[in-house]
Amino acid sequence: MRKSPNQPHRTFHPVSAPDFLPPDQLRELQLQRLTFIVRRAYEHVGLFRKRMDERNLTPDDVQSLEDITQLPFAVKTDLRDTYPFGLFASPMKDIVRVHASTGTTGKPIVVAYTKEDIEVWTNVMTRSFAACGLHSGDIIQNAYGYGLFTGGLGAHYGGEALGATVIPISGGNTERQLTVMKDFGATAICCTPSYFLHIIERAPAMGIKIKELPLRVGVFGAEPWTETMRRRIEAESGIKAYDIYGLSEIVGPGVAMECQCQAGPHIFEDWFYPEIIDSVTGKPCADGQEGELVLTTLGKAAMPMIRYRTRDITALTSEPCACGRTLRRIKRIARRSDDMMIIRGVNVYPSQIETALLKIEGTLPHYQIILTREMGLDEIEVQVEVTRELFGDTVGALEELQHKLSASVETSLGLRAKVRLVQPQSIQRSEGKAKRVIDQRKM
Amino acid sequence: MKLKQLSLFLENKPGALSRPMRILAAAGFNILTLSIGDAHQFGILRLILRDWAKAKKLLEKEGFVVKVTDMVAVEVADEPGGLAEILDVLEAAGVNVEFMYACTEKRESKALMVFRFDDPDNALRVLRRHGIHAAGSAGLLKQWQG
Repeated sequence: MRKSPNQPHRTFHPVSAPDFLPPDQLRELQLQRLTFIVRRAYEHVGLFRKRMDERNLTPDDVQSLEDITQLPFAVKTDLRDTYPFGLFASPMKDIVRVHASTGTTGKPIVVAYTKEDIEVWTNVMTRSFAACGLHSGDIIQNAYGYGLFTGGLGAHYGGEALGATVIPISGGNTERQLTVMKDFGATAICCTPSYFLHIIERAPAMGIKIKELPLRVGVFGAEPWTETMRRRIEAESGIKAYDIYGLSEIVGPGVAMECQCQAGPHIFEDWFYPEIIDSVTGKPCADGQEGELVLTTLGKAAMPMIRYRTRDITALTSEPCACGRTLRRIKRIARRSDDMMIIRGVNVYPSQIETALLKIEGTLPHYQIILTREMGLDEIEVQVEVTRELFGDTVGALEELQHKLSASVETSLGLRAKVRLVQPQSIQRSEGKAKRVIDQRKM
Repeated sequence: MKLKQLSLFLENKPGALSRPMRILAAAGFNILTLSIGDAHQFGILRLILRDWAKAKKLLEKEGFVVKVTDMVAVEVADEPGGLAEILDVLEAAGVNVEFMYACTEKRESKALMVFRFDDPDNALRVLRRHGIHAAGSAGLLKQWQG
């Protein structure tokens, strides 16, 4: 079977109609939904009511979209502090689904959906798949984890609503992923970009050439990744790799998704109202200016989120996209404000290290950053898994590689970093999400 | 006489060597000879065995990175100067030895060495020109490797 070329840019699926609303109609719709959701949050969620009362605000103070900037922010700790059900705005009899994050630090967070909320989520996931050229007849291998994690079921419902065939394979078991991909003729795959890299690496040992399979689209998200990584994935697998954005606190995957122009994810603004703020002062940023993404759910009855600080650093652009969508786009999110490391006084993001590693030909690496402090000095070690392409059978060749990698990281960060080559699959992965930083410094 | 060598990347930590050994042992592979190249933080395990293609597949399935390299097997007289004589020939022809190690196979007072060259075919031509052949136990190994 050969790959069919991807559909041209102008494919149109009826479900995508709201993607193309004239901006004034979109703003009007947003305002209608915003006033409704603010009132709902105020009337049904104690925390939101308390914070608005403290500022002498009532739902009537929201008369225009600009008025949103008066409202208080919500943050991740609000969800932890009210664990498990403290932010629910609906009685349990109206809630049909809950999801939860595994919570690597402290308590997990729980999110809830009414039947209508699930419909909204399904709608944005369907539009996400349609935006990257998928349609009925496509076979979507859904390798996001099914369970408490929002990825699996979110993509599942969207794929089915699109009319595509969904393979609910869930995450893990890479050999089975490859066997199914080949035997079922999957045309699309959903997973984290780091997990897809892992699949690419395992294919040759199973005698599978991904380039020769019908697979043509990858919907990748749930962790930050870089443009360099996208190009690498596309070159290695012959598919088109699209960036999907979402977070459980807002809905799960499907908050924003790239169209076939691959020019940054379009936010499904009719359901999620975006703002960009200066993460230090909290003041709004201008169009195109980089800052922290803040989202308000415009249609989530069970658990409205007003001005939720995502900690994701990006910029919002209203420049028209060649696809014709009027939805604004965010810049690819390669970093989160809480991913920032301060090493010897220098701000460092994992994405800088990723870009530096990818500059070295042949690397398709899983990597992990280990921070330690020795005699009061921060030390950074980057562990890089040795891939088939990287491995030479002489010690000299490997030492040269190690040297090239550390030189590239040093150039990019302006800091000396140790690079340690480690065995393939020795770096732990959880939920298919790569854990990039281990900070062992004792402050 | 060319032989196939498998090389594996290993981290320099306890247990790194025993894992591939156990995997090969459990599948009934007998290792003819091996060598370890070591650096500060990692090592390279080099193996010569029968059914190398099957062993490679198995090790890859277990998550190892495995590379196949052509090695040149040469019989060396088991007497003082036996190896030096061969190295002289190579040196005179400007052939560089990347690394070498000995096989446990030994016959008729001849030791069997395996060499890694940049260009194994050129090295073989040089050796043949000087009447150095690898037969005997090397031939036996070749048969084993198929």
